[in-house]
Amino acid sequence: MIRKMLSAAGALGGTLGLAGTAFAQAAAAASSAAPAAAASAAPAAAATPALIDLAKLAPAAQAVAQAGMMNKGDNAWMLVSSALVLMMSVPALALFYGGLVRTKNMLSVLMQVFMIISIGSLVWCFWGYSMAFTSNSIPALAPFVGGLSKAFLMNTSATTVAATFSNNVYIPEYTYIIFQMTFAIITPALIVGSLADRVKFWPLMLFMVLWMTLVYFPVAHMVWYWAGPDFYAASKGTDGGYMFNKGALDFAGGTVVHINAGIAGLVGCLFLGKRVGYGKEPMPPHSLTMTMIGASLLWVGWFGFNAGSNLEANGGASLAFFNTFVATAAAALSWALCDQFVHGKPSMLGAASGAVAGLVAVTPASGYAGPMGSIVLGLLVSPLCFLFVTKVKAKFNYDDALDVFGVHCIGGIFGALATGVLDSPKLGGAGFMDYTVFPAVAGKYDMGAQMITQLTGVAITLLWSGIVSAILYYLVDKLFGLRPSADVEREGLDINEHGERAYNY
Amino acid sequence: MKFIVAIIKPFKLDEVRDALGALGVAGMTVTEVKGFGRQKGQTEIYRGAEYSTNMLPKVKIEIAASDELAPRVVETIQQAASTDTIGDGKVFVLDLGSATRIRTGETGDTAL
Repeated sequence: MIRKMLSAAGALGGTLGLAGTAFAQAAAAASSAAPAAAASAAPAAAATPALIDLAKLAPAAQAVAQAGMMNKGDNAWMLVSSALVLMMSVPALALFYGGLVRTKNMLSVLMQVFMIISIGSLVWCFWGYSMAFTSNSIPALAPFVGGLSKAFLMNTSATTVAATFSNNVYIPEYTYIIFQMTFAIITPALIVGSLADRVKFWPLMLFMVLWMTLVYFPVAHMVWYWAGPDFYAASKGTDGGYMFNKGALDFAGGTVVHINAGIAGLVGCLFLGKRVGYGKEPMPPHSLTMTMIGASLLWVGWFGFNAGSNLEANGGASLAFFNTFVATAAAALSWALCDQFVHGKPSMLGAASGAVAGLVAVTPASGYAGPMGSIVLGLLVSPLCFLFVTKVKAKFNYDDALDVFGVHCIGGIFGALATGVLDSPKLGGAGFMDYTVFPAVAGKYDMGAQMITQLTGVAITLLWSGIVSAILYYLVDKLFGLRPSADVEREGLDINEHGERAYNY
Repeated sequence: MKFIVAIIKPFKLDEVRDALGALGVAGMTVTEVKGFGRQKGQTEIYRGAEYSTNMLPKVKIEIAASDELAPRVVETIQQAASTDTIGDGKVFVLDLGSATRIRTGETGDTAL
């Protein structure tokens, strides 16, 4: 199926404009396109593109029209990507974190991640998708959070569609809901790394439901929600989230996922305080083998995360895939070199940490930077994160147990800002598409202005997530208590919170 | 009868076992243990957090032997377990009051 389309879908004001399959070929030939007054049924006669109001077509014709704007390859890729991103949560993230804690707390980490994604999936279906990815009928709230028109998946079905980044290319809305669900559930799961070894299970689950609702969904809405390429122009660039309208670039979630979770993790570890025995007794990782498996699965799963964020199985997905691959490789190497120079030996944990830092940093840039730019990005992010987890953490003496802040927040900030630089076509970047005109055209890149926008996005995410998280920690702690007793903590969360041990030799 | 307790480097266990087998020692008990002596510990570093481990992994061998065999057992362990560096371990010999084979009730040297 060729991609075509043209003309003023926006002029139809909300109706779905599309060229029917029958005249797609002809339409492509005439892509300069004036809005067609009347659609001719004869393909040969369709010298001008046709616009059809989907809702007014008979069911059979609707099916034909939809087949023309949806591509089975896109849908297949997005479903595979969704499964890959789920794999990033379980088992990848769970094993990555689990290997880093002591034997007595292994199950607590696995269980926290497992249940956050289970509960989070339900929250996503109940009100999350609607809050993140619909427009809001209250104008004052519209830039910041979606409405409830699709709460409990109302008004969605296997035949409704979601926009991609190309004019008149759509994927099934269910696919989009599933794909975005995997993002919404891994983000709160990232936070548990900061709180590891010292948090009660059910209060943590309550915190996560509240955090998704009041932090993740609004931030995702601000950065990612928009009306889609066919209708955004008609809204004159206003029917989108606050940061999207400003032009913030975050391809796959540097701000929405990593800065968001990273700062919530920092606030959480400050709120909970240090683990019993922190700095006095050794707390070495109980299985770096698990951590290596987890980091490796994260690397693989991240192809779904980043290349899937392209929403179409085209060259843009290949670019994001490529960037994700090489930035990670570069970052693993540069962390290993940091280890070598500072501690005299290259450590496996260092390589795994570097790989994750590289993945985090390339996330916002993956669809914009070029592969060489991504390699530079990877090489630079690890020394920065290394500095934070080895020196800054010790200097300020906070117990970010598994370095969620040092790797995810710092790596995310670095990636978000670097995106503003590496996206420049002069540096091999992809530039950006200007969707305020229809059909979209390549925008003129202004690095200075873009950097200010990127900084604004970072600052808003840090403040929003940091402040709201602090309030939620306080609230849940007052209601149910977040931290277990010192005795429970010494004996381990596995046996006390879950009644099991991870290993029975 | 003597009770011989030897602390050796873990990777020397097979050599010691083979040498003692050749000598006619019919059984031993082996335990993985940790401890320290003159050998310094090692430093482990996890994302900049340094832990010095002053307890090192060793293997403890326990052997009951007749008075005649005991000196040769000690000598064999000493030779087989040596790497000529600190941390090779030690061999202790204790007097053994009695020995009983559970299956038959035999006692003394015949129970060994």
